[in-house]
Amino acid sequence: MAETPPARSLEIGRAVLVPTLTQRLAEAPARKVADTSLGKPNGADDAARRCTRIFQTSAEGSLVGSMDAIILQILNGLDKGGAYALIALGLTLIFGTLGVVNFAHGALFMLGAFCAVTFSRLLTISERVRDESVTFFEAYKEIPYLTLWYGDTGQAIVDWAVPLSILLAIPVMVLIGFAMERGLIRFFYKRSHAEQILVTFGLAIVLQEIVKYFFGANPIPMTAPPALAGSADIGALVGASNISYPMWRIVYFLFSLAVISMVFAFLQLTTFGMVVRAGMADRETVGLLGINIGRKFTIVFGIASAVAGLAGVMYTPILAPNYHLGMDFLVLSFVVVVVGGMGSLPGAVLAGFLLGILQSLASMTEIKSIVPGIDQIIIYLVAVVVLLVRPRGLMGRRGVMEA
Amino acid sequence: MSESVMTRDKNMSKGMGRSPAESHAPKGEGLRGFMSSSRSDYLLLAIFALAILTMPIWLAPIGAGYPDILQKFAIFGIFALGFNILFGFSGYLSFGHAAFLGTGSYAAVWMFKLLSMNALIALIFAIAVAGVFALLIGYVSLRRSGIYFSILTLAFAQMSYNLAYSVLTPITNGETGLQVSGSDPRILDHMFGSPSGRGTPDFFGMELQGWPGFYFCAILLILAFFLTMRIRNSTFGLMLFAIKSNQNRMNYTGFATRPYLLAAFVISGMYAGLAGGLLAVTDPLAGADRMQWTASGEVVLMTILGGVGTLLGPVIGAAVMKYLEQIFSSFNEGFLHRAFDFLPSGLQDFMVTIVSPFVGEGWHLTLGLMFMLVVIFLPGGIMEGLRRVSGRFKGDRGAADTAAHAGH
Repeated sequence: MAETPPARSLEIGRAVLVPTLTQRLAEAPARKVADTSLGKPNGADDAARRCTRIFQTSAEGSLVGSMDAIILQILNGLDKGGAYALIALGLTLIFGTLGVVNFAHGALFMLGAFCAVTFSRLLTISERVRDESVTFFEAYKEIPYLTLWYGDTGQAIVDWAVPLSILLAIPVMVLIGFAMERGLIRFFYKRSHAEQILVTFGLAIVLQEIVKYFFGANPIPMTAPPALAGSADIGALVGASNISYPMWRIVYFLFSLAVISMVFAFLQLTTFGMVVRAGMADRETVGLLGINIGRKFTIVFGIASAVAGLAGVMYTPILAPNYHLGMDFLVLSFVVVVVGGMGSLPGAVLAGFLLGILQSLASMTEIKSIVPGIDQIIIYLVAVVVLLVRPRGLMGRRGVMEA
Repeated sequence: MSESVMTRDKNMSKGMGRSPAESHAPKGEGLRGFMSSSRSDYLLLAIFALAILTMPIWLAPIGAGYPDILQKFAIFGIFALGFNILFGFSGYLSFGHAAFLGTGSYAAVWMFKLLSMNALIALIFAIAVAGVFALLIGYVSLRRSGIYFSILTLAFAQMSYNLAYSVLTPITNGETGLQVSGSDPRILDHMFGSPSGRGTPDFFGMELQGWPGFYFCAILLILAFFLTMRIRNSTFGLMLFAIKSNQNRMNYTGFATRPYLLAAFVISGMYAGLAGGLLAVTDPLAGADRMQWTASGEVVLMTILGGVGTLLGPVIGAAVMKYLEQIFSSFNEGFLHRAFDFLPSGLQDFMVTIVSPFVGEGWHLTLGLMFMLVVIFLPGGIMEGLRRVSGRFKGDRGAADTAAHAGH
């Protein structure tokens, strides 16, 4: 495992999807540099160059080819956008209900990812057994207890560790959310936004250092279940020819859609959600009606934390989690929230997908050859333009965070 | 207006930073404060200068009496002073100030490469470039306030960081970092026949390594401190304080607040550029990691730790933090075992296990905890703590007086 080049271990479906790999590898330097302990720069660069060359030769073909590439990049944007949308949704929920700017939200995403790591490690607690297939000398291999005890069922559980860890992640993340709100953030409602930012920023550093202490600084690769690890031919669906795309990324996109609709359904269709929405609009009045709005908001914080955690759990097979994963996503998610409009839930989701797709499109080789480096800054450029043209963001309302 | 000036100056003479709206001193007392303010200001400056210049003597007992770390104190003191002009005076929390630090470093190293190894040219250029950069970023970011502003500055800093690593590699030399080399043109050095091939910056022939380097930085710190003091006492500084206490009221009164804020932003960017340039002077190497958000967070912490809005606070905060970073990150398990030597061996191992995650590699954990504790318990920083302690002494006397009055 240790010998595999970092770029490979980070990605699934690499053989089928050269453009994706190219794009991901283009991001590799930043990631790699941020984590110096990875220490294999040349391998990744070489791979990137090789892949770019392959992609260029294959893209020189025809117009159909470039159409395919665009569709592929849009798909790429969808799963990344899903992650942005989920984090931004949680941020907006917390901001809308409690009025707190949570800089530790990226850390919650990272904690979710490490829930998956912990869960799959728990499942694969192994025993050393004699390897019977080797007869020349005494060889041992590690077999998870689950496989020893339950045979194929156990092996299936081990294989499906990542989706199953949702079961662990939801209660853990909700509890972490409760603890954060009751233990720390509660005391900061009356204080300035600057102090809220600072204290949650400190918390984010602490959380990420704790994770680093227990899991080390290197990214920990996770695998998708074998049934979903391959690639699917989705060309038939969109009427184009022969586009194969990693199945897990499609799963991630659908998963994020499902979580987003669940959150919206919860807020729109249940009595609880109605009270929360009323509290978002006018906290004081709801309190005067005899409803303990503070407790409801604590639960909302737990939900927001679970949403970020789930986004992290399911993202592990796409990007191997390391301890500063959260901060990388946090900055972008904040930009997403600002572009969508502070306090607007649909705005956060819309902006999440929009910026995800834009970022993917900007990392196409054709576009990068026109404007070099555009993929690195497109999101920030869009944010600047949106803020200059529509200062409240795409779907921001009047009166929210005007000061 | 003049009353607020006086009140503020009275506060200042105590070394405290309070916005004018907070204090309600009677006029006569304010006037007395005003009359004595300029003298007490210069007294403060003199004491400050003396303290900075004698740091090698009085910091020696705690193991910080060597030029490398004192240089860091001074450089990051300048950085935090500049940050405080924006955050402390006007209340605008920028989370991207490291971008200007990095820009300053790059600009200085380019001057070393192109023109001359003279530190003066490099620093002037570093300040200018960082100022222009701050003007651009500030012009856009200051269209919003509050958290929008924080997020925008953070986004710009991350953008610069990403660019410095990728597309701007011809200028920034990517992840290797920008360095000086013997084959650089150095036009001015060659023109004036100075010895070429020197790898170290100088100040008109004076090598800036070791002690001379420290005194160079220290003098610049004192100048920066003086300038900050002047800004604080000016009408411009008063404007910034007024924006902090109530920007809406300023707008309604008919003041255009944005030019003032932009000026403060550019000035604090220039301070950061100077600090970045000095980092390059002490070690002619510039890397993009100076622009990372952690560096921005660090300067915020320094300012908060020392005391937001105070004059001395940021310098103290920067020194305390750099000192803690130095000692905490140098500890290792062997050192801990020796430190807890006096304990019985079982307890000693236990203590080492408890403490070791917080030192060495884990220094950032301590940093994060410190960050949280300061924000939670001591939002006014060290200066606030000092005031509370001195207030305790005075408060006792005051309480005794009250009790005496009540007794009558």
